[in-house]
Amino acid sequence: MSADTVPAAEGDPGTTWGPVTGWGRTAPTTARLIRPRTYQEAADAVRDCGARGGIARGLGRAYGDAAQNAGGAVLDMTALDRIHAIDAAGGTVLCDAGVSLHRLMEVLLPLGWFVPVTPGTRYVTVGGAIGADIHGKNHHVCGSFSRHVLSFELLTADGQVRTVDRGTPLFDATTGGMGLTGVVLTATVRLQPVETALMSVDTERATDLDDLMARLTATDHRYRYSVAWIDLLARGAHTGRAVLTRGDHAPLDALPERSRARRDPLAFRTSRLPAAPDLIPDGLLSRTTVGLFNELWYRKAPRVSRGRLQRISTFFHPLDGVPHWNRVYGRGGFVQYQFVVGHDRADALRRIVRRISEHRCPSFLAVLKRFGEADPGWLSFPVPGWTLALDIPAGLPGLGAFLDGLDEEVARAGGRVYLAKDSRLRPELLDAMYPRLPDFRALRAELDPRGVFVSDLARRLAL
Amino acid sequence: MKDAFGIPQSLLVLGGTSEIALATARRLVARRTRTVWLAGRPSPALDRAAERLRDLGAEVRTVAFDALDPESHEAALGKVFAEGDIDMVLLAFGVLGDQAHDEREPLNAVRVAQTNYTGAVSAGLISARALQAQGHGSLVVLSSVAGERARRANFIYGSSKAGLDAFAQGLGDALHGTGVHVMVVRPGFVRSRMTEGMAEAPLATTPEAVATAIELGLRRRSETVWVPGALRVVMSALRHLPRGVFRRLPV
Repeated sequence: MSADTVPAAEGDPGTTWGPVTGWGRTAPTTARLIRPRTYQEAADAVRDCGARGGIARGLGRAYGDAAQNAGGAVLDMTALDRIHAIDAAGGTVLCDAGVSLHRLMEVLLPLGWFVPVTPGTRYVTVGGAIGADIHGKNHHVCGSFSRHVLSFELLTADGQVRTVDRGTPLFDATTGGMGLTGVVLTATVRLQPVETALMSVDTERATDLDDLMARLTATDHRYRYSVAWIDLLARGAHTGRAVLTRGDHAPLDALPERSRARRDPLAFRTSRLPAAPDLIPDGLLSRTTVGLFNELWYRKAPRVSRGRLQRISTFFHPLDGVPHWNRVYGRGGFVQYQFVVGHDRADALRRIVRRISEHRCPSFLAVLKRFGEADPGWLSFPVPGWTLALDIPAGLPGLGAFLDGLDEEVARAGGRVYLAKDSRLRPELLDAMYPRLPDFRALRAELDPRGVFVSDLARRLAL
Repeated sequence: MKDAFGIPQSLLVLGGTSEIALATARRLVARRTRTVWLAGRPSPALDRAAERLRDLGAEVRTVAFDALDPESHEAALGKVFAEGDIDMVLLAFGVLGDQAHDEREPLNAVRVAQTNYTGAVSAGLISARALQAQGHGSLVVLSSVAGERARRANFIYGSSKAGLDAFAQGLGDALHGTGVHVMVVRPGFVRSRMTEGMAEAPLATTPEAVATAIELGLRRRSETVWVPGALRVVMSALRHLPRGVFRRLPV
């Protein structure tokens, strides 16, 4: 998106009209794209965004329509990307909302600090991380991103910039609030100290869902990071077979003597393959190809391996190695589905996994994780329990009705789906899934009576 | 807003008693559609259609709309769009006419042309402008295979649909990149009130089948949909037949 955006005139932030989609590439809508380069330009854009409102957008990694605004303004925040201050002793950073986690890693790792929470991609902005209140493999220990945010500056509908501190209603409405309370301009984030830029990883296989859940429940607390890749195409006795990868930042003495890593333990190394082409046909990811992939992926994983050293990018962000990996689904795009149900509702999780497996959803990015304690964000997704995330080609016949069925199951179990990934939820179920929604609506009505901040997601779900 | 599968939450039907349109509306209401506007000439049939959709759980409103009175379109449709976003406009009005009779009564033939073509030009442009201002939405235009090549047996209707089809294609190209999606639907012979008592053509289909094809086309963001799909090949062949041969075909 940002590449198309050119400054229209001296002193004008770049403005173009263009189609916008989420990372899943479904449901495109057209918006006026504005790329503010200063806080003043951002404030002007909010003031002038017109009858159809505006919404902030970062790197466009939300899968659905969270950072789209049909007929209105979309503020591309990635030009506001300065890191203002790093407290290398205390471990905090003050930066603009448009800074990506990738950039933070580049800058902070050599200083011995790491971002407190990273999702499956490091190409998300700090503003997006707050808006979606993202979580990572360390949620069971470290909570979601907002737990590590000390304060942020929020540009609200009246054009004012407010400093928002932890423990205030505006803080809790904004963390997980999908950008609907305003535009985050800067944030102060607490960091995680590390000795090296490598991960020490334990891998093991689980033969079925029960085995997987037992292993996760029994030993998750020993690891800072934990996640399980799950083969949702496996059937019968193998239903829910998985590969668990869990680990922690490698301490310096875990690195082999006289190795390159030992000489420069905090070097942030990544590798990138060529980008996925935009010409991939819709049917590439079928039950056959994904089934084959899953079989190989499962077999390739060691039955048990302990203390293997991996790069941060390999452990956390394997897909970032292929730019535009979302194109492998073809023009039809794909749907991400992520839900959470409480620890005591493992029965619902089992039923859902069985249903997905029986429906033969060709999903190769399915992961299961246990969430820890929730954070106070009103629309923050994580609650203690089991969360399953999967990807499905949008063109799979009958997918809409199938996912509606899963929603019902999730809602009955008192669970919820993740708004940053949603592109198709039935709006009627939202109130049950997010009980603080009335508070959120009330705060928005008071803070933004004209409804300046609006997105396609907000329109679709009446947020 | 439409969801990831292109299913609209709000639907405006122009020609609110069309069987194909109502079959489509029923199908969409079963999925995500909550608000339906039925635009048509006020009649008991229109009210009955609204009632039936209400029974399925939709919030249905009717609006007086006459394809033959383009002057009134701006006001009638403006009222609908002023109430909120419309995710999909289904342009479904049209009359078949009576070819033999209309050939003798040119004024009747003109009514067919005015309803199917002129009325659609006016309503189509007004809807397109409103959708463009929204930055999203689908305009689904019910054309017909009859417009693909005019036949001796129904060239008055066929020519009106040919005009509509060309108009809708051009409109789709004009709106490309604006976020508005225009989809031309070309059904073959559809068993409905409109064709009651007529000899059935090969590859005849039903309003429900057209509705299914429309739902699929929305998901794929198709620009042209043939119902049934085989007609695409058949019509492609027919289109290339020499005039002398085509004229003699018993179609």
